[in-house]
Amino acid sequence: MATTSTIPAIDIEKLREQFPVLNQQVNGRDLVYFDNAATSQKPLAVINALVDYYTGYNANIHRGIHTLAEKATKAYEHTREVMRGFINARHTEEIIFTRGVTESINLVAASYGKAFLKEHDEVIISGMEHHSNIVPWQLICDEKKAALKIIPVTDEGELDLDAYRKLLSHRTKIVAVNHASNSLGTINPIKEIIRLAHEAGAVVLIDGAQAGAHLEINVQDLDCDFYCLSAHKMYGPTGTGILYGKKELLEKMPPYQGGGEMIKDVTFEKTTYNDLPYKFEAGTPNIADVIAYRYAIEFIKQLGRENMAAHEHELLTYATAKIAALPGVRLIGTAKNKVAVLSFVVDGIHPFDIGQMLDARGIAVRTGHHCTQPLMARCGIEGTVRASFAIYNTKKEIDHLVDGLSRVISFMK
Amino acid sequence: MTINQVQDEIINEFSLLDGDMEMTVFYIMELGQKLPAMPAAEQTDDNIVKGCQSKVWLSAKIENDKIYFTADSNTAITKGLVSLLVRIFKGQTPDDILHADLYFMHKIGMERFIGTQRSNGFASMIKQMKLYALAFKTKMEVKS
Repeated sequence: MATTSTIPAIDIEKLREQFPVLNQQVNGRDLVYFDNAATSQKPLAVINALVDYYTGYNANIHRGIHTLAEKATKAYEHTREVMRGFINARHTEEIIFTRGVTESINLVAASYGKAFLKEHDEVIISGMEHHSNIVPWQLICDEKKAALKIIPVTDEGELDLDAYRKLLSHRTKIVAVNHASNSLGTINPIKEIIRLAHEAGAVVLIDGAQAGAHLEINVQDLDCDFYCLSAHKMYGPTGTGILYGKKELLEKMPPYQGGGEMIKDVTFEKTTYNDLPYKFEAGTPNIADVIAYRYAIEFIKQLGRENMAAHEHELLTYATAKIAALPGVRLIGTAKNKVAVLSFVVDGIHPFDIGQMLDARGIAVRTGHHCTQPLMARCGIEGTVRASFAIYNTKKEIDHLVDGLSRVISFMK
Repeated sequence: MTINQVQDEIINEFSLLDGDMEMTVFYIMELGQKLPAMPAAEQTDDNIVKGCQSKVWLSAKIENDKIYFTADSNTAITKGLVSLLVRIFKGQTPDDILHADLYFMHKIGMERFIGTQRSNGFASMIKQMKLYALAFKTKMEVKS
């Protein structure tokens, strides 16, 4: 974690000028956008990249011989190289473009699961997974008659590693957990989780949806087998993301979808598949958004993840202290290491009501189960109010949130 | 009062809020707080209105050929919204409820303060109320 002395390096007010969407009124008040864990806003560099592509060099990639196709192909492949560097993958072809984390997990579950899971095998996930990291495994486990095992969550919202060690066995084939929880903010000790899984002979997939914008990701150091990112949660466009996979595993896996681009030769008798990464990129990909994704990564790199983490950590600490002090508030998720996600419930007030009343004051938070129903059941609640922060948020905005909450609470008492 | 007279009364009340979103939300919740609580025994799964994001219970009885709804919700805003329907349909005949044109929704700008999800839920509530009216009407016709 960076020290607070690095914070002045970022001039937040100036930085906000790069996010035109923030400069508007909602219900007669300045917008306060605290729904960043659902999707972050996009800087001008990303928006301009999309406009430049469509106005300057829109063309289908890879097979075109003309100038525009060449330019689009270069830009698309440039993002792949940038992504390789961003997560420190060994090979560029280990980066597969997908629609985002959900598709990345489905790809691994369907393809790796299809090839390597057998009856009585086990897949381990955790009790704080997003539905996207639950349902694909349920589907393939049902198909293969394999069992799904769950790492329990402690009262503080951390994974019970002792229980995890006991779950691991020679039957464990896949472990799939998130790097950081979208509902609680908990940063999970994935390096240790990966090490233990490898000892048991299992491969590990990390859902990095909530980590991409906040945490250092070094897939070689982590030694994870698969890592998934969504662009739109890290200042990039919607509809794209990556699957990182170790080359030796991706090579052994069957294609996920069939179509153009993923083939070498097609006859009615036999089709041979293309090499990595194209084997897993059937059809015309999301060219524009992949190209623009690079600018989101450059935005993050320019600011420096340490600086960003320091600012967000300061916001989280400030908000946690203020909100926890309000009457009737109970924090959900009090892990020691957290990304900037603050989940809470208020006695006697439904999260939907809080969300709507805050919206009436121009404050955007998320309410509900956050696509983690099993986790909510574990916490004995239907849902939470979740405020999640990004680099462009300020303490003044948190003060607005606290004022709004105070008003709601006093009205309902 | 007729259904339309009650609707006009509601439109008038909301116009005093001058379109201020926060005041409107608080007002809706106040209305919900005033709605008599539904007995816990009636908050059954059978009485849950399907299609609502929050939980809504609805039951109905008929007295002297007039319908009276009882409703509740686990969220204050939804309870306020459903209280409007309970008030509009209170003591009306099945026929009047079936043929009611609920123009108050548009006039008070409901689409501004309930999102797509709640709109669908609200539509489910109205549908359920009209189904009750239809059931009572059919019963009455069989009797006569």
